[in-house]
Formats: sequence, structure tokens, C-alpha cells
Amino acid sequence: MLRVPCPWCGPREEIEFRYGGQAGIAYPTDPDALSDEAWADFLFLRDNPKGAFAERWYHAAGCRRWFDTVRDTATYAFEPSPSPDEGNP
Amino acid sequence: MTARRTPSYGPEIDRAKPISFTFDGEEVAAFVGDTVASAILANGIEAPFRSPVLGRPRGVFSAGVEEPNGFVEISEPWFEPIVAATMVDVVEGMVVGSRPGVGRLRGDAPRGRRVEHRNAHVELLVVGSGHDGFYPARDAAARGERVMLVEQHRTIERGAGGDFRAEGVTYLTRATALGLYDDGYVTVFEHADELDRLWHIRADRVILATGAFERSIAFADNDRPGVMLSYASSRYLEHGVLVGSRTVVFTARGGAYATASNLVANGGEVPAIADVSGTESDLGDAKDAEVLRGWVASGTEGDRWLEAVHLEGPGGARRTIECDSLLVSGGWDPNLALWRAIGGGLRFDDEVHAFVPTDGPPWLSVVGSAAGEVPNDAPYWFVPSEDYSRHFVDFQRDQTIADIADTVDAGLRSVEHVKRATYIGTAIDQGRTSGVITAEVVNALLGESPGWQGPSNARPPAVPVPFATLAGPFRGDLFDPVRTTPMHPWHIERGAAFENVGQWKRPWFFPRDGEPMERAVERECLAVRTAVGSMDASTLGKIEVVGADAPAFLDRMYTNRMSNLAVGSIRYGLMLGLDGMVLDDGVAMRLADDRYLVTTTTGGAATVLDRFEEWLQTEWPDLRVYCTSVTEQWAVVAINGPRAREVVSATGTDVDLSREAFPFMTFHDGNVAGVPARLARVSFSGELAYELHVPAWHGLEIWEAVMAAGTPFGIEPYGTEAMHVLRAEKGYVIVGQDTDGSVTPHDLGMDWIVNLSKGDFVGRRSLRRSDVVRPDRKQLIGLFPEDTHALLPEGAQLVLEDTGRMPMPLAGHVTSSYRSPALGRTFALAMLAGGHELHGRTVYAPLPEGTVTCTVTSPVPYDPDGARRDG
Repeated sequence: MLRVPCPWCGPREEIEFRYGGQAGIAYPTDPDALSDEAWADFLFLRDNPKGAFAERWYHAAGCRRWFDTVRDTATYAFEPSPSPDEGNP
Repeated sequence: MTARRTPSYGPEIDRAKPISFTFDGEEVAAFVGDTVASAILANGIEAPFRSPVLGRPRGVFSAGVEEPNGFVEISEPWFEPIVAATMVDVVEGMVVGSRPGVGRLRGDAPRGRRVEHRNAHVELLVVGSGHDGFYPARDAAARGERVMLVEQHRTIERGAGGDFRAEGVTYLTRATALGLYDDGYVTVFEHADELDRLWHIRADRVILATGAFERSIAFADNDRPGVMLSYASSRYLEHGVLVGSRTVVFTARGGAYATASNLVANGGEVPAIADVSGTESDLGDAKDAEVLRGWVASGTEGDRWLEAVHLEGPGGARRTIECDSLLVSGGWDPNLALWRAIGGGLRFDDEVHAFVPTDGPPWLSVVGSAAGEVPNDAPYWFVPSEDYSRHFVDFQRDQTIADIADTVDAGLRSVEHVKRATYIGTAIDQGRTSGVITAEVVNALLGESPGWQGPSNARPPAVPVPFATLAGPFRGDLFDPVRTTPMHPWHIERGAAFENVGQWKRPWFFPRDGEPMERAVERECLAVRTAVGSMDASTLGKIEVVGADAPAFLDRMYTNRMSNLAVGSIRYGLMLGLDGMVLDDGVAMRLADDRYLVTTTTGGAATVLDRFEEWLQTEWPDLRVYCTSVTEQWAVVAINGPRAREVVSATGTDVDLSREAFPFMTFHDGNVAGVPARLARVSFSGELAYELHVPAWHGLEIWEAVMAAGTPFGIEPYGTEAMHVLRAEKGYVIVGQDTDGSVTPHDLGMDWIVNLSKGDFVGRRSLRRSDVVRPDRKQLIGLFPEDTHALLPEGAQLVLEDTGRMPMPLAGHVTSSYRSPALGRTFALAMLAGGHELHGRTVYAPLPEGTVTCTVTSPVPYDPDGARRDG
């Protein structure tokens, strides 16, 4: 079980969190303008790298805030989370 | 002769405190401080154990957690089905038995030990109390860090200067680290005097000072009672036990000479040491021992206990020496089970002829002999022979070198495959004495050099742990939180049968005078259709959505428009996933321009709130909206039926209930029975209905008031089953029952609720994906079985043609199925491919007990024109 670095609460047990998948996938500004293929790409396809991966977490049983962080998918090590003021990676 | 007590030495036991226990029905004398294994040895019990598969006589082989032979069941003073005799401290009156054969768990439910779980957070956790763990523990504690140290034995290890006990360190003894997990999470099983304790420890750093296991050597009949790992003889001296009167030592390391010396110093005799190590070592007190350089043990003799050992020397020389004890040492192997289970690497070190740790997680380190500081002198694992059929490798699984050779002959190369083919390493001892030997036997059979591949991986738990300990206090009422409504005591009093909806207990039906469920549900349904019924709807998810942008926000979350809802009005809404599939439904009440109360399904409340917050935080942080769960703040009574208006009126309210003043899908705040209340005209039954929302602490009071006022009108409480029947008669879907995450609004025939002109909303774009607009998608329909008594099972598959032969092309499935008192027949809702176009057609549900023929209908079999909702 991981210790997830919440930028507001500090490191907390993984069971307090919900995983949110890849970070930085913005909701398209005009979904209607997208082809089926482009919409499906947004909807279903995500990167799956070995190594550093920017991902979203939700501190559901804590401060209930979403945040982005970077985790190594091979070692599970989190990069230090930016402070809340520094924005997202 | 076998083993016996030493004349005086034995610091682990207290000879002033004799105790006794029962082993396999016989009384056995022991002292305080004995383990079951040391007492069995001290009493000279021959062949105390049998091997599980072949039934060969076996004795105690080790003095620790790696024991492969000596497993016992404890039945008094507590129950433990299987545990190593080497790890159990004897207590007065204890009753233990050997576990012959492959074992069978007792069918009864014997008394287990008391169990608790504890959590701890420390800067440093050290596993193992030897001197290698002592120094870092001491230094960290001196720096003011929180330090815990886990030791599997009863006592902290001793050095020349006394116990390795440091100031400020928290010690857990008779405690075993079961597993290491990510980021320094460690579970520890502590066998305390009064109870079993499972520790959940978070440590910034973990140091493994887990030492090394002595390596066995495989040779013919190496499993005979009286054959033992050499270190164990020294360990048993600490318990005042001399493991044999006449002991031969077979070793690949010079260090075993000291063991021989110890035995002689305590009254034993060591006639010979067969030594393949090629080193010169000091015999100490064992100066009478004949050192046979380059000799090996090639076999043993004896019936129930060792009587002689056959030795083989250079040039084919042979000797047989009578003895009652044979000590074996192939060297030391670092104990890296925990290290490997968390992904730590191994490499073979040619200097120490052993597998040593390489890379591991940054918070974890290994010290001392576990790190590879092992004084091995030779790469030696088994005695070469013509016949390997009695060279035992895994005693628990009764597997020999010949068995390994069979699997390698069959083409297996990886130890992981050999393990699964032979079961080596899969027994309770987890192959601690067999893993490395197996790897090296496989390496040799493949013609590879030592260390070519290492032992198979280890997994937690490191020692057997009772399920009861893992469960801890989390059973019975504490297994999962139970949520009840304010009206729950009334339901209990009334004898309701309950069903679990998520963590909620909801009344399922209210049987009268022991009537069966079917009768109770029929009675409840008829009450609602002909008079009036009341249901506890408090479990409905309720979220207040507040803020200047709340109307715009809800427009984006629901498929229909909520921004133009008038204050005081209510609208049904459907929520989709981004993929366009139905996620949840409920109603929105507009409390004020900037304030809505939205309801969700009972099971979906948390998901919907999470989802609201996700969109607000991650995509639309500019929207000024706050969401608050108020599910438990409001108790809700749903009053349904043609006489509902009269009941609410009789309950006493200042709200004008007339049709004109209080139309369908509106609400009014006011007082009911003297309690501040919100009355809403929503109906999940199709009948005239009021939902009565009151602050939760008035819930029971208002429920009782409604029931009292309703008595003259024939009010009946009804449960979720009747509610399901009533809503299905009206074709109202239940998200999660009639839908399964692959159903669109169109599939449900609910295009009317999708507003494609209002702007974007979650899931909108997906509604025109090519797969979503296929005409042959499964669509919601009603089903009337031809036989009006035939009740289709929910989940039954539907086919268009009943060919009578499997397989048949499947066309759909039943999602809801009931007996309808109002219709006087059974009916069902189902998802049927292209179903919207198939009304009137015959379909079939082939079931084991016979095919049910059905007619496809509209999914609104009862009151399709909605004539009843205004009473």
C-alpha cells in the first residue's frame, strides 16, 4: 500500500485516495467538433509508460481535493508533490 | 538413546519451574522456557512426526521458523490448527498433537485466541534482534527517533556484553514480520501471552537484520529422525537439551567444529566430523573427533531414530559409524524472504557461495548475515550419487532430487516451473530449507554453474498466520459499517425483513403474522394501488448544490435543463458518464435561485458527489458552486396511493394540498404534525404521492404521526420489494438493476429527457458515437409471459427463435421480474436487441426447467397514460 503525498495534507495512506488516471487530459473545448475517432481517443486511450507518469489522485477520505503528481510506474516512487501554490506538474 | 537434558547448562529454561503438557495424548515434562520442540527432544520421543505424503518418520530438524518437519496442532489452552513446534513456547497444561498425513481442518469452531490490531508509525523499524540490528536501532533511538525492533523469539538475542537491548527502542518479541509492502508498510504478527496482535507499521526506514538460515545438504535418507541442522544443536543446548549422546557432524563449513566442541563441553560425544569444506578449523573440546577430510554422508540407518551413518571418502572408501545424532551444515544462506517479496534483487556471490541481496527499494536496507556476511567455505548442496530417490530436498512435500530431475527431464528449466511441478517450497515452511538446494540442483542438472539461477520468489505471509488474526476485530458488527435511518427502530418493532442496499439496512417487506414474502409484497402493493402506503425513503442520496453558477453546473451534469426550473419546482434528471451511458438518476428541487437539492439513488450518492466535485475542481474551477451531502440530515417518508392527500391532511399541515395549489412536481415548505417539513409531489409508484422531508431527528416522530393518521385510510408500510414492483409496473428503471453501465437514455426509450439543444453536457458527444446509434443495441422493453403465473428469473437470457438446441443466438436478458397484483399476472422488464421495434413479438426464455414464451410489450404496463398521479 502506497503512501500518497497529498500536497495539502502530506503523505497519507493509499486507502484514503481514489486514483484518477493520467493527468493533463483536458476536456475538449468543443466535443462536437471532434470526429468519432478523436473523441474515442480522448475517452478511452491513455499512456502506459514504464517510468515517470503524471497522474491524478483524489484525497477522497481526506481533504477531498484532486491533485496531480508524478509517480514512477516501475518503482512506485512519487516525485515530491509541488506545494499547492506551485500549480500542477 | 536419543536426546537428553544437559547436566546443568541451559539459560533459556528455568529448571526450578517444571511444567508439563500433552503431546499426542502422552504427558511430557518440560520447564518454563522450553519450546514444544525442545521438550519433545529432551524427552527422547522417537519419530514424533510423520511426513505428510510418504508417511516417513521425522524428527525436529531445526530450531526456528524454517522447521520443515515438526508441525503441531494446539488445542489447549487455545486453538491453533498448525504451527511449527520450534516456535511454540510450552505453557502448563498445553495440549498439542502432531499433524500426520495431509491434515484436515477441524469441522467445529474451536476457541481461537483473542486478537487485536494495532497501528504504529516509526522512523525506523528493525527486523531481528542480533547485533547487526542492535547498533542502528540504538543510534536512531539516541537521535530521538521512534524505533521499533521485531524479534521472532521470546528473548532478545544475547552478545558477550548481555542482551542486545537499547534504550528508547520499542521491542516486539515473539513477533514475526509477515510482509513488507510499498513505502515502508510492514505487517507484524505478535504472539503475545494474552492475545495475538497484528501490527500495521509505517516506517520511514526498514532494516532487515534477519540473519541467515543454515543450509541443509541433500543425501540418501537425510530425513531420518536424529538428523538435524548443526546450529540447532547449539540452540537446544540453550534450552538445556543435548540433541544426541553420540553425534557425527557432516559439514561444508569449518564453523561446525565449534558446534561439535559445544556438544562435547556439555557431555556429548563426537566420534567423527566428515568435512568437505577444505578448511582447517579448531576442534576445541571435540579433540577426540576424527576429522575425515573430503568425506561425505552417503546414507543413514535406523528404524524410528538414527542408529548409524554411512560415510564415503576419497577413492571410494566407506565407513559406517554408529551414532544417534547427525548434524548437517552446508553453510549459511541469507534470510531474504522479506527482501525478495518486496522486489529486492539477488545475485550469487562466488566468495561466500550464496545468494546475497542487490538492489531494493530506497527505504529498505539489509545488514549482517542477511546482507551476505556469511562464513561459508564451500559451494556444497547435495551429495552426488547414482540413486537420488531418497535425497530429500523438501521434507514437507516429500520431494527428492530424483523428483526434481524428472521435471528437468520433462523440459522445465526455471525454478519457478520446477516449484509448481513438484510443489517444492509451497508448504507451510515455504521451502526455507529447500529453496536454495532446489535452485542449485536444477543448475547442476542443466549443466550450469552454481548461482546460474536463484531460488523461487517468496511471498507474504512469512509465517502461517490465522485468518482470525488477519480479520482482527473486523468481523460481525464491525465488519462493515451499518447505516440505519431514524425510523429503523419502528421497522424492527414491526418485524420488517431487511435488505442491504450498500451499507444501508432498508425494510424489504413487512410480513404480517408470519406470512411469506410473496403474500406480504402483494398486500403492500395493493395497499398503494387501492388505498395508501408509506415507505421510508430516507436513504435516498441528497446533495445540496449551492452557488451563483449552480444552474449552469447542473445543466452540464444532467441530460436535461435544470437552469430554467422554477423555484419551488422539481424535475427528474438523468446523469451520464462521459461515455454516454446512464450513471445515476434522481430529481432536482430548486430551493432558491442559487440553491438546488438533488437526490440520487441510494447506492449512487457517494459516486455522484465525488463526480460533481471532480468536475468542479478539475475542469470548471471557475464555476462558483459548492456541494454538500445532506443524505443523513433529512429523513424522508414517501406516502403513495389514492388516499395519500387525505393522510397528509390528517397528519396535520399548514400546506395547501389542493390539486391547484400543489401540482405534481412541485414542493412546499411548511409544517407537518407540528414539525418543520418539506412536502414534495413526486411519485415512484405512479400513484398520487407526497414525499415528506423532515430534519433527521424528527424522522421517527413524523413516521409514527403518518402511520397514526393513516390508519383510518388503511395505510400499510411497504418495503423496497413492493417499491420495485410498483415502479416496474410504471416502467420506471432502477439504475444499476435495469442498467449496467452499458445503457444509454435512448436504449431506455428516454430520448425525451435528453436536451441536445441546451449546450454541452457530460456524455453528450458520446450519444452519437457509431456504436451508440446502432439500431440493434439492447433496448428496454416489457415482457408478458404467456403463462401469467410464470415468473422469469432476473438475468434470464432471451432468444428470438427457440431451436431447442444449444447454443442459440442470444437477443437479450431480463432485468426485473415480478408478480403484479395490479395486473393480476407476472411481468418483466428486459433489455432486448432492437427491442423498441419488436413490441408485440414473441420471444423465448430457455430455462433448465422449460422454455418460457413471452410477448414483448411497452415497458409501461400499468396506467400508461399517467391518469392516477393526481389522485
